[in-house]
Amino acid sequence: MSWVRITGTASFPLRQGRKVVIQEHELAVFNLGNGKYAAVDNACPHRGGPLCDGIVTGDTVVCPLHGWKTDLETGHVVKPDICVRTLRYEVQVEDGMLSIKLPAAASLY
Amino acid sequence: MIGNGMAGVACLENILKLPNDLDITVFGDETYPNYNRIMLSSVLAGEREADNLTINGIDWYQKNRIGLRLGVRITAIDRKKRIIRGDDGSVTEYDKLIIATGSSPVIPAIEGIGKSNVFTFRTLDDTRGMIAAAREGARAVVIGGGILGLEAARGLQLRGCEVTVVQLKDSLMNRQLDATASGHLRDKIEQLGIQVLAGRTAAAIQGDNTATALTFTNGEVIPADIIIIAAGIQPNAWLGRDAGLACNRGIIVNGHMQTSDPRIYALGECTEFNGETWGLIAPLHEQGRVLAAVITGHPTEPFQSSAAAAKLKITGLDVFSAGEYLESEGTGVVKYEDAPLGIYKKLLIRNNRLVGVVLVGDDSDSSRYMNWFRNNTDLLVRRKNLLFPEPVSDRGEVVAEIADAETVCGCLGVTKAQIIQAIHEKGVNSLVRLKETTRASTGCGSCTGTCQSLLKAVAPDFEADGNRVLCQCVPYSDDHLRGMIRTQRLRSVQEVLDIYGDGQGCEVCKPALSYLVDVVWAGDHNEDPSARFINDRVHANIQKDGTFSVIPRIRGGVTSPVQLRKIAEVAEKYNVRMVKITGSQRIDLLGVQKQDLPKIWEDLGMPSGQAYTKGVRMVKTCVGTQFCRFGVKDAIAAGIELEKRFENLYTPHKTKMAVAGCPRNCSEATVKDIGLVGQEGSWQVVVGGAAGKSVRKADLLVTVVSTEEALEAAALFFQYYRENANYLERSYDFVQRLGMEKIRKDTVYAQPPVRKGLLQRLQKAKMLAKDAWLDRYDKSHRGQFVQIEPAGRLQ
Ligand code: SRM
Ligand SMILES: Cc1cc2nc3c(=O)[nH]c(=O)nc-3n(C[C@H](O)[C@H](O)[C@H](O)COP(=O)(O)OP(=O)(O)OC[C@H]3O[C@@H](n4cnc5c(N)ncnc54)[C@H](O)[C@@H]3O)c2cc1C
Ligand code: SF4
Ligand code: FES
Repeated sequence: MSWVRITGTASFPLRQGRKVVIQEHELAVFNLGNGKYAAVDNACPHRGGPLCDGIVTGDTVVCPLHGWKTDLETGHVVKPDICVRTLRYEVQVEDGMLSIKLPAAASLY
Repeated sequence: MIGNGMAGVACLENILKLPNDLDITVFGDETYPNYNRIMLSSVLAGEREADNLTINGIDWYQKNRIGLRLGVRITAIDRKKRIIRGDDGSVTEYDKLIIATGSSPVIPAIEGIGKSNVFTFRTLDDTRGMIAAAREGARAVVIGGGILGLEAARGLQLRGCEVTVVQLKDSLMNRQLDATASGHLRDKIEQLGIQVLAGRTAAAIQGDNTATALTFTNGEVIPADIIIIAAGIQPNAWLGRDAGLACNRGIIVNGHMQTSDPRIYALGECTEFNGETWGLIAPLHEQGRVLAAVITGHPTEPFQSSAAAAKLKITGLDVFSAGEYLESEGTGVVKYEDAPLGIYKKLLIRNNRLVGVVLVGDDSDSSRYMNWFRNNTDLLVRRKNLLFPEPVSDRGEVVAEIADAETVCGCLGVTKAQIIQAIHEKGVNSLVRLKETTRASTGCGSCTGTCQSLLKAVAPDFEADGNRVLCQCVPYSDDHLRGMIRTQRLRSVQEVLDIYGDGQGCEVCKPALSYLVDVVWAGDHNEDPSARFINDRVHANIQKDGTFSVIPRIRGGVTSPVQLRKIAEVAEKYNVRMVKITGSQRIDLLGVQKQDLPKIWEDLGMPSGQAYTKGVRMVKTCVGTQFCRFGVKDAIAAGIELEKRFENLYTPHKTKMAVAGCPRNCSEATVKDIGLVGQEGSWQVVVGGAAGKSVRKADLLVTVVSTEEALEAAALFFQYYRENANYLERSYDFVQRLGMEKIRKDTVYAQPPVRKGLLQRLQKAKMLAKDAWLDRYDKSHRGQFVQIEPAGRLQ
């Protein structure tokens, strides 16, 4: 398990997502406002749509391809009502620098 | 008839419905034909154009052979000679005379009141004067905290003035509200940014020819660049009084609207009946009906005064009052108050009948209470559910309880029977069309709920236009939202969501609100990329694999070898997966990576074709006179010009256009949102065509001679569609919902100032619009295209 320093929070505008690539693995990182950030795999559980390009609605994001809605706090798809989820990663901000915690066993390392 | 105002002309309308042999002449001292005085507040607030107020235009008087003398003030009635004298020297004989002179603002005894920037608020000219005087930052003082004063205050504030309302009494609207309601109202008014000074008496206005400040009896002085007097009204009874008719405050009439001289009748705000005078229109319509029957010799029930409802016409601020408003002995009170939200409801009940209602902060149930009033409904069985309706089992019930002859719209005197007749005979099926055909609900708006229910219950193909709400996050219709955005001066999506919505929004409302704030402020708004669909953030169309497509603008479908070479180079340089000719005479570069987009735009050096957005797409053209042996019009030149005039603008849904050089229509102009079809010696401008999910032949908007006229007609429709369509409503749905007749009346056949207004707003938006692909030079925008990589090392 390890924390990876990504970049300054200024690169994540309010209520938008950005694509973060870590060794060819794509994450979608969101600024949800009030100092809250979230990171998930940048692949919609439906057909792999780029979640970083979705519209942020509260703590959820709506996939730009077919409108599936993912809860960024849990990673669960909340619309349609279907039991699938995307992987979530812990995020922390220190001195304006955003870091993401990667699981040790993650296949990408 | 002396007086060409709302009550008098409503009476004339009723006279025309009855068989009669009257030869009618009307004198009005204002220079306008009959107009809707109630809407002056909306004109001041900028919600409506001053030219849109006419109830009956000059042609109506002509058609009905009513003599009309405008700008003539009647100065005397000679009852012996049976003549009236005008200030133009005219002398007119009468057999029967109707006095309908309305009322005038009360001018309080304040020293120095006659200065040029001191206004009253009664007529269209007053309103125009106020609009001309209102400047950004000007300090306006409104004397009078009644409905009129508050509406004037809000209107001036929306025009940029800093406004103070001065009220003699301690509370606002003290003739309609109790102290608690008035307190909530004051909070809300102050929240809007209007200052309230209560319990003050104005003493003098300072300044030479123009006012500069107002002094109070307690010695206080406040600066003022504009002063509005809204301290009440007094009946215009002096003509009657001078002629020796029995008068009190008003001209005294009996239940048949007769004055003390049997040949002279009176109605409207100039009258007094049973000691009562009026300041609201609803009972005056009843007077008009009675007088019309009396004067044409038809039997009728005498006039009876009924409770009129007063509604404050400030968008976003619900205040409603009808009947009694103060507790008294023998009156039961039912109350609800949510102080933090400023919601207050009070019903006054006597003998199980409603005798008064006061609503602040939420007047959504006002029509239910008005029905109880009108029907004198026995409330005994409802005593457990007076303030909150029982869940309805039969939605039609409320409507079924209204009698046919009853007035639904008090402001314009429209009965239930008239509404039902319009639904049955004219196929009216939406609120918009109901307003058009019957004028119901075009006054203060308190009957809108009842009109909706009536439509729902009666119209077979009811369309809930006013009811269609955007979504659950902001449960209002597009029209309503446009009003709120304009009047509350909201310039960003988030502000609308914070004030009127759930603060978050969803994928449906955020793009819709983005469009609405843009169009309301003609581009002068605060753009929020997070509220836009990805296509509008990166100005390209997202594809199934997350890559994007690039379609540059190729105006009129005309390209060149240089352009083609550039496109070819870009396609090679960026490994574009496919180059394709689109269905719209342009070229598509498909399968592009997001991060390459700005570089591709730069290399192409061409503007965006906006193929990814709800905006102006293309103008498809045919070769026309430049090459075709059948061409009668230069379709290419006209098409390119059309595209230049509208490109870079956003629309409720995509807008596709075409220009054809002759009726063979090779560019398929008759299945486009806007099409120009060349004819020998003229252009046909057609709108609302489609050949997508469904196929629809466009409707003819107008036929004109010159290309410039054709482009102008297209512009009028285009801007009208931009301002009035619901978000995601294609022109083919829009024209069917509104009907071409209305669209023509509001665009190509509209009064010159209305047309000018549309074109000016289009021009303003166009001035602020730019090629979206120039965003590549915008620093704040660059982040859209980057992909971020870790700064720190991985362990
Ligand atoms: C590229 C193009 C097809 C082509 O290869 O020729 C195209 C591609 C798409 N069309 Fe189209 N339409 C294209 C011409 C048309 C035409 C023909 C025309 O413009 O003359 C029509 C019929 C006319 C019309 O618009 O009504 C057309 C009717 C639609 C519709 C149905 C609209 C309707 O209300 O009936 C949609 C769906 C929608 O808008 O809701 C649509 C939606 C789409 C979208 C944007 C779907 C989407 O949201 O991703 C497609 C993008 C595909 C992609 O991956 O880039 N496209 N589409 C054409 C681009 C034209 C251009 O240069 O801008
Ligand atoms: C800004 C504003 C907002 C209002 N809002 C509402 C509302 O929301 N709800 C509501 O019910 N009511 C409202 N009213 C009141 C409503 O407009 C009046 O009740 C209604 O117009 C009265 O009709 P009337 O015909 O009696 O008088 P008017 O409409 O005033 O008509 C009288 C006409 O006679 C003319 N006249 C007077 N003397 C002479 C003369 N000697 N010779 C020739 N012509 C003469 C006047 O100039 C005027 O044009 C509002 C009024 C104003 C000013
Ligand atoms: S018709 Fe249009 S929307 Fe449908 S697949 Fe083809 S390009 Fe896509
Ligand atoms: S891929 Fe996300 S909704 Fe289809």
